[in-house]
Amino acid sequence: MNGESPEQPRIGRDEWVASAAERRARTVASRVQDVVEGTPAAVKLVAFALPFAVFPLLVESDYLMQVGIDTLIFVLLALGLNVAVGWVGLLDLGFVAFFGLGAYLYAALASEYAGRDWEAQLAIPLIAVAVAATGFLVGLPSRRLVGDYLAIVTLFFLQMWLVVLINASFTRGPNGISDILPLEFFGRSVTSLDGYFYVALVAFVAIVSVLYLLNQSRTGRAWRALREDELAAELMTMPVNRLKLMAFAVGAGVAGVTGAIFAPVQGAVFPASFDLVLLITLYAMVVLGGAGSLVGVTVGAVLINASLEALRDPSDASWLFYGVVVVALLVMLRPRWLPPVVLGGTIVFGLVAHELAQQWRPSLVAGAPFGEARIDELVESWVLLPENLVTPDGLPTGAMGRLAYIGLIAAVLGLTLVRSRLWRSVGLVPVLYLAACVWENMLLAQPAVARFVLIGAMLVALMAVRPQGLFGRQRVEFA
Amino acid sequence: MTETTAPLLEVRGLSLSFGGLRVLDDLDVVVGEREIVSVIGPNGAGKTTLFNVVTGIYPPDEGEILFEARSILGLDPHQIARRGVCRTFQTLRLFLNMTVKENVMAAAYGHTRAGVVRSVLRTRGMRREEREIERLAEERLGFFGDRLVGYRWKQPAYSLSYANRRRLEIARATAAKPRLLLLDEPAAGMNPVETQEMTELIGRLREEGGYTILVIEHDMHVVEGISDRVVALDHGVKIAEGTFDEVATDPRVVEAYLGTSEAKRA
Repeated sequence: MNGESPEQPRIGRDEWVASAAERRARTVASRVQDVVEGTPAAVKLVAFALPFAVFPLLVESDYLMQVGIDTLIFVLLALGLNVAVGWVGLLDLGFVAFFGLGAYLYAALASEYAGRDWEAQLAIPLIAVAVAATGFLVGLPSRRLVGDYLAIVTLFFLQMWLVVLINASFTRGPNGISDILPLEFFGRSVTSLDGYFYVALVAFVAIVSVLYLLNQSRTGRAWRALREDELAAELMTMPVNRLKLMAFAVGAGVAGVTGAIFAPVQGAVFPASFDLVLLITLYAMVVLGGAGSLVGVTVGAVLINASLEALRDPSDASWLFYGVVVVALLVMLRPRWLPPVVLGGTIVFGLVAHELAQQWRPSLVAGAPFGEARIDELVESWVLLPENLVTPDGLPTGAMGRLAYIGLIAAVLGLTLVRSRLWRSVGLVPVLYLAACVWENMLLAQPAVARFVLIGAMLVALMAVRPQGLFGRQRVEFA
Repeated sequence: MTETTAPLLEVRGLSLSFGGLRVLDDLDVVVGEREIVSVIGPNGAGKTTLFNVVTGIYPPDEGEILFEARSILGLDPHQIARRGVCRTFQTLRLFLNMTVKENVMAAAYGHTRAGVVRSVLRTRGMRREEREIERLAEERLGFFGDRLVGYRWKQPAYSLSYANRRRLEIARATAAKPRLLLLDEPAAGMNPVETQEMTELIGRLREEGGYTILVIEHDMHVVEGISDRVVALDHGVKIAEGTFDEVATDPRVVEAYLGTSEAKRA
């Protein structure tokens, strides 16, 4: 790597092509990425682990500790998923099943229901090996499949796993296994949340180190090569099928260990914990952070889990919603004077609509927003918020939100049909206003749904600007 | 010819059909140790298919392929490559998003040993192996003068020009430490200067690298410049074999390239 001659590029076609990358527009995100990639791995690890290590010392509330543990578990899962998806480029939709298998195996080794109380220093390595072996076996029939076909087969595997969990008697069906024993290392039980947090942190440091070293080795190089061109990799002496199975097994092993930590944290395992929503959340983390980058995947998992938690509070969620809308407009609309005009237009449109509604049917604006922060007061005089119980027409609560939702979908579809740039910008104003009405009337009332809608919107906005994710490398397919 | 040296590659009675189309028809090709043999023929003659069968991508319908006097039929492509048959591609197939050096290092997979455990533990043997293949990559890239060295090492392969990509493909193939190199149109798309360089380079590959080379090439100047022997294919059948002059003047070869009536008028 070092010692190359500091010769300058000369003029010629080669050099023109070579300098193309440098001439590319430099964005803030790219500069941050360059700094991060230039930092030694050990420094990065410490920079990540230190804030986590002091987190339990600073935090008093059990709720925040639980969030911290969940975040670490999401990070571990995202790291595991990244092996097959980010490094090898296999679309593995069955990944969550390995997480579930790890959790249920722990339940089988250490619960009153199973009548066993294995210690963690034996149980966790055993689970890691068993789940990795399962990953290998699942990979066997699918090793010749690529792309969509592999996705379908692995998704089928996940569904099969869920069906077995829900219906089998030895897993106690949907009720799950609820008397799981805490982790116990050499006779000492982990009983506090702080304890579990540190167990998860140690697992994170260990697993991210293993994955980093693996990625730096000939195996990691071969994985990247086979993602680039499977046939060429095979013809350049790399056993493609075996390498794919290895990736499956390594990712599954990581998921298994995570499951073995997750089960005692919860004290119970249920089939519902290992469903498609979790899978989609994990994919969102990997994609947002940048598939293939350990830093990216870790940051993505932390960001998304933190956002999901923050979005439980209506006021915070509102800040995020309006923030995402404004940022998306600023980034996506050109020329640059257009976003302020559209935003101003939307505000004026809202004030006028609000005033008209006030004159016509005061009940349409008599409701109160869900949150109590400043943003909600601002919004109250702008968005149509009907009275909470029943409108004068006898419509039940929420009907306004639902009508606006249908209207919003129709309006967005209509907007996509508009060809003219001018009319599209004009049409954007009522669409944005409708979206705000839907948000205030309907989504805020259902935080469980709204959280995911917002995360989806954030992802769409980010992908439009940075399709490779925060820390991913832009890939060239044909050049 | 091959009488004095032991044959490194022996292809006997090779046949392959795609559906009703006979792509290779009872083909015999023998390549001796440290020989340079060119395969020529019009488009669709089966030249690249011959490479694909030898490297294990397609199993043949009939015939035998011996490398170092041992059959390589039925082996996976990566096993054949490990035995010592490595190739380049007519339609370049580099690992575009990896760096130039990594492209070459990746091909050393077959003759390196560090497994998962040793890689994670960073054993001394694993680190030595990494240093060795890094040196190997630098040496192989250095084969092309200053074209693929220095600042180029860390650049992604997609940033290379067309001619440099062809060179990188050759460097990558040699990093697998083959005895037989199959070059599929190494001079395609190159300008006359680069083509001349490539001609010299193929000669140097044999002199300095000790490789035996089977090459598909359309540019007759290159073929004339490098070949010990030329094999002409048409519709999967070998229509001529011999020195460049013998094959180039063979009426059947002229006919295959120019068509019947022109050949008769000539």
